[in-house]
Amino acid sequence: MSIDTKTAANVAKLARIRVDEADLPALAGEFNAILGFIEQLEEVDVDGVEPMVSVTPMRLKRREDVVTDGEQQGRVLANAPEAREGFFAVPKVVE
Amino acid sequence: MADLTQMTIAEARDALRGGETSSVELTRACLEAIEGADALGAFVHKTPDLALERAKAADERIAAGDAPAMCGIPLGIKDLFCTQGVASQAASKILEGFKPEYESTVSGKLRDAGAVMLGKLNMDEFAMGSSNETSVYGNAVNPWRAAGSDTALTPGGSSGGSASAVAAGLCLAATGTDTGGSIRQPAAFTGIVGLKPTYGRCSRWGIVAFASSLDQAGPMTKTVRDAAIMGAAMMGHDPRDSTSADLPVPDFEAMLTGDISGKVIGIPKEYRMDGMPDDIEKLWSEGAAMLKDAGAEIRDISLPHTKYALPAYYVIAPAEASSNLARYDGVRYGYRAELAPGDGITEMYEKTRAEGFGAEVKRRVMIGTYVLSAGFYDAYYNRARRVRALIKRDFDEVFAQGVDAILTPATPSAAFPLGKEVADPVEMYLNDVFTVTVNLAGLPGVAVPTGQDADGLPMGLQLIGRPWEEGELLNTAQVLESAAGFVAKPAKWW
Repeated sequence: MSIDTKTAANVAKLARIRVDEADLPALAGEFNAILGFIEQLEEVDVDGVEPMVSVTPMRLKRREDVVTDGEQQGRVLANAPEAREGFFAVPKVVE
Repeated sequence: MADLTQMTIAEARDALRGGETSSVELTRACLEAIEGADALGAFVHKTPDLALERAKAADERIAAGDAPAMCGIPLGIKDLFCTQGVASQAASKILEGFKPEYESTVSGKLRDAGAVMLGKLNMDEFAMGSSNETSVYGNAVNPWRAAGSDTALTPGGSSGGSASAVAAGLCLAATGTDTGGSIRQPAAFTGIVGLKPTYGRCSRWGIVAFASSLDQAGPMTKTVRDAAIMGAAMMGHDPRDSTSADLPVPDFEAMLTGDISGKVIGIPKEYRMDGMPDDIEKLWSEGAAMLKDAGAEIRDISLPHTKYALPAYYVIAPAEASSNLARYDGVRYGYRAELAPGDGITEMYEKTRAEGFGAEVKRRVMIGTYVLSAGFYDAYYNRARRVRALIKRDFDEVFAQGVDAILTPATPSAAFPLGKEVADPVEMYLNDVFTVTVNLAGLPGVAVPTGQDADGLPMGLQLIGRPWEEGELLNTAQVLESAAGFVAKPAKWW
């Protein structure tokens, strides 16, 4: 499998990372080097092997479905690049 | 009294309890050492005022007579840990200016035990790297140099600042995190001890996430005894991390009996790599001989899927990273790109992430995006998770056959020069060839310094233990440490 610049551009778009047109060939080359390395996995016989979900056989704990936290608007917003009137502020989303 | 910064945690604890020194004195000595060590690039956010305040409080607690072992001990904290009110950036531009409103569980446990945070330590960006060269702060530098050379060497990565700081005596010990070898490889490169606990021993809450099924925090210390003391203080169940194990944490220090007679130590044949330097080969066989002399049985074992660990890791870790790092969007914290007139929210995301992430992080996020994308999920991600199950099965089988611990080299070489040309990203990934299997199988592993190469650079061996048996693992590690008698320190040039 080989990644061309069009696929590289699509991956960048899916990852929401802007990549200049001029940088796409180099990026595609790096992807191909890494994917070439990963392709060794095709040699392994994985028939009948379940994909690992959890490395330690443990059942996740349950807890009561109750509110245990909250009322911290100031602290939640304290690190926002832009906050207004108690909300995170972003560029216009809906025209 | 000897140089306070050269003390181990155990020595300092005893001296504090005996009234021979104070936490304020210890802390001042470390702060002074840090001030003179900017050339190492280890401490990237210094917190001297906070440190002295905590040291005073620790001295009061020690005087009152019921202080825990870590009380008054000056530590460095990796920048990956969120620390309340103190910059926590994961060495990334995208978290520029971020000061958490909360404290990670692990650093909080150390703080509550009375440990003194001296500041935050350099690392590879988002813990992605093996040389500390992907950091927004610039490189951390190894205090060790090859004999007769002034070439700057890497302290390893990603916990490079932690390793450099401990090896140079800037702090008594430091926290690290390990996703594929990020505690053990830098420990081996700097002649210190690094413990990666069993997955689930330390809470991940408040530690900036890289690959959630692999990430684990652990201590980086001067001795195995210190790893036992500090490790126990970092571990324990936390309701805020659903993968943290609800198991009691034993007194690891009390388990350091020095007796390993009858223990079975496995030597995996697949770890004997083509082109492995003679120095490493020799170190490994000498280590096995030391454990044999101490009464252990040395047994050749096979872990047949070892070869596939790195490729499986480079599917699973980027996949999890692409998901975890989706949160850096310029909305809730950290960096937001300057926008042009007319830019909408998509431009904000794309520009923020393009400017905020470094090259290696972008590469891994995009690889992760690719292997999880429609049409490739089964071929890459599910296949890697199946191979991971086989890697874990290899270990389960040798443990079931009575093997107590596995001895391997920690790294394929000693520390290499900073700025070395790397032909492709995969070449750097090979640093983790001996350590990454342990993360995939969720096992505890410890790097112990046991020798020096022809240039005088430290080299380490790795011991891998059964799940949850850090106590027994550390006991074996201490036997190896004592037999090797590694006492060399880097000559001060900084």
